Amino acid sequence: MSGAYKPKVAVYKFSSCDGCQLSLLNLEDELLDLAGAVEIAYFLEATRAEQPGPYDIGIVEGSITTPHEEERITEIRRECKLLIALGTCATAGGIQALRNFTDADRLAENVYPHPEYLHYLTKATPISEHVQVDLEIWGCPVNKYMVLEAIAALLQNRKPNFPPYSVCMECKRRGAVCVLVSQGIPCLGPATQAGCGAICPANGRGCYGCFGPWPGANLESLAPALKDLERYPGEAMRLLRNFAGYAPAFRKAADSIKE
Amino acid sequence: MTALPHTAVNPDQLLYPYWAEITQIKPETEGVGSIWLRFEDPAIRESYRFLPGQFNMLYLPGYGEAAISISSDPQDTKGMVGHTIRFVGNVTKAISRLKAGDVIGLRGPFGSAWPMDEIEGRDVVIASGGIGLAPLRPAIYHILHNRQKYGKVLLIYGARTPKDLLYPYEYEQWRAGGIDVQITVDRADETWDGQVGVVPMLFYRFRLDHQKSVVLTCGPEIMIRFVIYEGLARRIPAERIYVSLERNMKCGQGSCGHCQIGPYFICKDGPVFRFDALEKFFNVEEY
Amino acid sequence: MLNNPTINSTISLPKTEFDTLLAALRELGYQTIGPRVRDESIIYTHIEKLSDLPQGYTSKQGPATFRLVKSNHRRYFDVIPGAQSWKQFLFPPRTHLFTVEKVERWDIQPNAEKPPRYAFIGVRGCELAAIEIQDRAFLRADFHDPVYRARREGLFILAVNCLHPAGTCFCASMGTGPKVQGGYDLCLTELEDTFLIEIGSELGRDVISRCQYEPASGFLQSAAAKGLERAAGDMGRHLSLDDLPSLLTDNLELEHWDEVGKRCLSCANCTQVCPTCFCWDATDHTDLLAHSTRRERVWDSCFNPQYSYVFGGNTRPTIKSRYRQWLTHKLGAWKEQYDTFGCTGCGRCITWCPVGIDLTEEIAALRKEAQA
Repeated sequence: MSGAYKPKVAVYKFSSCDGCQLSLLNLEDELLDLAGAVEIAYFLEATRAEQPGPYDIGIVEGSITTPHEEERITEIRRECKLLIALGTCATAGGIQALRNFTDADRLAENVYPHPEYLHYLTKATPISEHVQVDLEIWGCPVNKYMVLEAIAALLQNRKPNFPPYSVCMECKRRGAVCVLVSQGIPCLGPATQAGCGAICPANGRGCYGCFGPWPGANLESLAPALKDLERYPGEAMRLLRNFAGYAPAFRKAADSIKE
Repeated sequence: MTALPHTAVNPDQLLYPYWAEITQIKPETEGVGSIWLRFEDPAIRESYRFLPGQFNMLYLPGYGEAAISISSDPQDTKGMVGHTIRFVGNVTKAISRLKAGDVIGLRGPFGSAWPMDEIEGRDVVIASGGIGLAPLRPAIYHILHNRQKYGKVLLIYGARTPKDLLYPYEYEQWRAGGIDVQITVDRADETWDGQVGVVPMLFYRFRLDHQKSVVLTCGPEIMIRFVIYEGLARRIPAERIYVSLERNMKCGQGSCGHCQIGPYFICKDGPVFRFDALEKFFNVEEY
Repeated sequence: MLNNPTINSTISLPKTEFDTLLAALRELGYQTIGPRVRDESIIYTHIEKLSDLPQGYTSKQGPATFRLVKSNHRRYFDVIPGAQSWKQFLFPPRTHLFTVEKVERWDIQPNAEKPPRYAFIGVRGCELAAIEIQDRAFLRADFHDPVYRARREGLFILAVNCLHPAGTCFCASMGTGPKVQGGYDLCLTELEDTFLIEIGSELGRDVISRCQYEPASGFLQSAAAKGLERAAGDMGRHLSLDDLPSLLTDNLELEHWDEVGKRCLSCANCTQVCPTCFCWDATDHTDLLAHSTRRERVWDSCFNPQYSYVFGGNTRPTIKSRYRQWLTHKLGAWKEQYDTFGCTGCGRCITWCPVGIDLTEEIAALRKEAQA
């Protein structure tokens, strides 16, 4: 890797809480290296200075929830060579995709005195439903080291070294006690993509699947097993319909155990 | 299972690679090339030996390791080892971007070898497809060096198209050395006036003395299956059919577990097997 | 107080003297590791004194269930352990192998960390058998694993005879317990007021000679023997070995493989908690500009689809094929590879499977189909 050319990076925000962009800024120890390796050309969360496109790498946080966002993401795709969807809003719709399971208009009426001023889509959707995405980094929020690894991999022209297994692997490797077995807590770990380091189970909570469905998962078996563990009616379905609930595999599993 | 020849493995090689310089990169076919490596350490250059059919783990820091069979002449190493690589994975694609003078890591040689001593005096049928010729080329070189020790030697080699044939520039030399080289392609093009058809089909065209013949085969698993089927149908016993298998090899020493099939670690007990050792589960799907 | 304990003799160590024993081990340079209560379960970690141990606890175990139970008894070693096994110390889940720095050329720096010296306190029969099985995988005549060997050679083992097996235990079927079969420095049987300790090595003798111990009366010894006899009959599970390994290796195409493949999550928990599973992977971690690469070894599992990936696909693409690989290896091919089964009857894979797949039941079902 020669130091001659620094790829231009742009970071964009759609409907989201900014937490994933913050995890980029939280790369305190690595920011200097990062600034040496790439040129941050557009990143409003970090700096007001903007350089015009086109960009080599576009990093998109958030999901598409308004007609305006729908148009904007198409423009962004045009000005970025590579597009990375950052965080579970961008990869699966995020928590705002909970509206997809209900009537968005009714929600708006219940919350706002003048819903007629709102311009929203009835569904919150991931970036990949609108444009081609080259790499997805899941998580709510993302693991900042996975972001760094993704950029390193792009710079080095290789596949990012993302863990290809379930959260259970990380949970066991760190020696955490399985909350499902030892306390009967419903946990999505066996069906969830690793990457977080099993933070929730290691702190006594069930995994709520924010890193999205693990491609090797067997939700046909896990979903009914979680239902058997329910501490109140509908707990398993709500667990599946959470931050990554609009991801197809979780959606299907939640539907399969709906009352 | 009868033991096939091995070389002793240096136990430290579980973890640490030798460094070797790329002396030459030779494009072979679309997406396939050969790289020649020369060890940095003169002592290793001197002592490194391999047997036909063995493989090395090539290492590019940051990208990882890939198991690559050795395709050069075992008797004529001059401190250099040749590998023919299909550039398809994360590691091999990165290797394809290197140039002469670059340095990569190497662990090996690992695994079992073709039974070149044991099959002396026999007719040898080498059946190979695609990149599967690479681990057989050292066996071909060995036969050429020791031609009088073997009976009839027939090489049946096939590729998808004429452009995919490996080492076409050596066939004449092999023929001159006393090997009946039969080349076939699945699909001909305008340049091709040779045989068309898959490797196992070519078996019909040759008289094989089943009392005397051994089969060495390597290639796509589907081809291997049919070669074995044809060999057995021609009454060549399983004990005289040798196959080289490919699995996900990582450590090279039967430790990490990835390449297991039945009781075997392909990286240690294989990659070359006598077929009777595999017979029991070779046709079990997804095993 | 006797002056000269001998190897293979049994002495009685008052419970109050156990802290002296632990201190003696630390004086000899060992880190003392044993069971402790944490997060509603038992983990293996550093212990300083007897009171760190899970006194008064037992565990209730079944498929996909572990419950720590506080009982009225005052014993320290009655709780059958949780998911963790001693494997994590000898074959760590994550090991730094080396770092490669690129300056002018590649420069390799092996991990120079000094291997820790552990004293394991409370190794059960099934667990000691598991260590010996991993020895066969990592310390072969033609190859040794340097990380494992360094840790294994410095190891002190205080074993414990199991008097109260749990619901998923079947060590009696596997011949590994409840009485420890050897291979220890010291082996303890816990009675109400004292620990009976068999001395298994010169090192064990040395450690005991630093403590205030007493002779083991015939009464105490027969109490221990009776307890062990009762324990052997108290196994929660049973596995018949008569037709193994051929039942598995000769029946790769039974329909039951499909049935269990539907239930299995492929989450890899069974392999991670298994004290004999030895599969690993090595991965590189680089900095942004690839100047420095850290190569690490981590636990892997045959249940991960990536495990059997070759160019063009996965040789075991279905969960069924991966479950079959695991079980036919563990209780089948393992025998041919290492002249032992890869299972010691500890029951962890049953307890810690999130959907409670029970290999003793799966083997019974496979047997039924094979015999039909």
